[in-house]
Amino acid sequence: MKPFRYERANSLASACASASEPTAKFIAGGTNLLDLMKLQIETPAHLVDINALPLGGIEETAENGLRIGALVTNSALAADMSVRRRYPLLSQAILAGASGQLRNKATTGGNLLQRTRCPYFYDTTKPCNKRAPGSGCAALHGLNRMNAVLGVSDNCIAAHPSDMAVAMTALEARVETIAQDGATRTIPIDALYRAPGDTPNIETVLAPGELIRSVVLPPPPAGRQIYRKVRDRASYAFALVSVAAIVAHDNNRVQAARVAFGGLSYKPWRSADAEESLSGATLARASYDAAGAAALKIAHGYGHNDFKIPLARRTLRAALTEATGTI
Amino acid sequence: MRIKPRQYLASLIRQLDHITVYLALNLGIAVEKILPFLSLLSRRHFLGTAGAVTLAMASRQVSAEAVAEPGSRHDVVLTVNGWRRSLDLDARVTLLDVLREHLGLTGTKKGCDQGQCGACTVIVNGQRINSCLTLAVMHAGDEITTIEGLEEGGNLHPMQAAFVRHDGLQCGYCTPGQICSAVALLAEHNAGWPSYATADVATAPSLTDAEIAERMSGNICRCSAYPNIVAAIRDVAAGGRT
Repeated sequence: MKPFRYERANSLASACASASEPTAKFIAGGTNLLDLMKLQIETPAHLVDINALPLGGIEETAENGLRIGALVTNSALAADMSVRRRYPLLSQAILAGASGQLRNKATTGGNLLQRTRCPYFYDTTKPCNKRAPGSGCAALHGLNRMNAVLGVSDNCIAAHPSDMAVAMTALEARVETIAQDGATRTIPIDALYRAPGDTPNIETVLAPGELIRSVVLPPPPAGRQIYRKVRDRASYAFALVSVAAIVAHDNNRVQAARVAFGGLSYKPWRSADAEESLSGATLARASYDAAGAAALKIAHGYGHNDFKIPLARRTLRAALTEATGTI
Repeated sequence: MRIKPRQYLASLIRQLDHITVYLALNLGIAVEKILPFLSLLSRRHFLGTAGAVTLAMASRQVSAEAVAEPGSRHDVVLTVNGWRRSLDLDARVTLLDVLREHLGLTGTKKGCDQGQCGACTVIVNGQRINSCLTLAVMHAGDEITTIEGLEEGGNLHPMQAAFVRHDGLQCGYCTPGQICSAVALLAEHNAGWPSYATADVATAPSLTDAEIAERMSGNICRCSAYPNIVAAIRDVAAGGRT
């Protein structure tokens, strides 16, 4: 690990000011950052520990939603009774990720900002535009089984690894931040992540020193919430494909549906095409397959990950079948 | 719990030895030099770890020279197994390395050093975490419990006893992490936490074997002692013998 200056921030203002230097990083749970620092993929000269800041707690909002502090651990969020009763999708998604030990440290803000687990991002002997801009993408023609099939570019085909963020995307969460000058803003979670394009090293719209304070969940939409994850092991593995689905239906038809995929793109992939296809559709396998076809219409495989496209369609079908209680 | 006089005496002697070692480490005296002042009980133990301790002191000097960056060393007070330890630490040192190399608590194991195997699991403020993925400087004021701190008055913790009874190990390398994880798992379950194996996350599930397996998935056992590990945890959860 490269040497760094360590500072325990005691106010939001000082934290944002300290972290606005280009070589500075916030640290909260540290479960991803420290791993990357050991491998010298991340080499911050200055670590700003935000654990003493008042960014904990889960509270109800005026609109009857929830405000989740950025420092709320994944464990605490998944175990929170109002989350379990009203946003079971979020609980399920968090519990589908990592291990008990990691969830006890990992935070809400940190989970959103975790880096890809693309093997070439981790292998410092290989080109990677995300790690070393301009060096190329070794995954493009490499072992890209875990990589993305939607919304990426030839400069980077890394997939976002979070489960939590997939559920939050389906729930239309909003990310609240504070900047160095004290300015606050609210970013819809779907607009937090930047497409790789020519600059895959820039992953979010956050400015240097801009800190996630909280994540706001609007009141949950009507309908059954399902998180379905497909992975190589029964537990403790990143998703090959995951689906967050919220489906409201009557006896015959889908009234409204929300669909977001994990493991397919640089961000949780909300599919307006699938949702449109499902709106008013009959509760039948053909409808779910049509939604899957619509969602993956523009998908592009890179060889080893071609299987993700049919797997995503089938996972969506399974999630919708479960959500609607139909066969 | 009734404590037998002989066990009490042994525990007292061990505590005196710990104080001696603690003072020596803080005064920069190598453990080998104070061995004659330790009881026979502890001498063997510290002879075993003396190499590691000396190595740790040497590496502290090396890293101090290598680090030109100002402010990268910190005075930190850690509370480990009820003992307050004052340490002068490089900010880069993980909690795992402090436990093993600075405090001589080698019960906690380094497996993958990247949060995947769970061998380094310790309990911090009642919650299990991977000590390899956290900086020691971030734990000032925290209550840290390692495998060495689970015993109660010279007796094995019920979970340690259950692992022995059910033969929940083969080589034993992952065992300290498994046991710390299992102890914290029961607390999580008692608090009503759901898991991925819970059909309805709004309910508090009973601790079935499937629940135990899912909740222990952060601890890998290459010898695959899983059935016996699950049996040991099931036994303690059901109020088994202590």
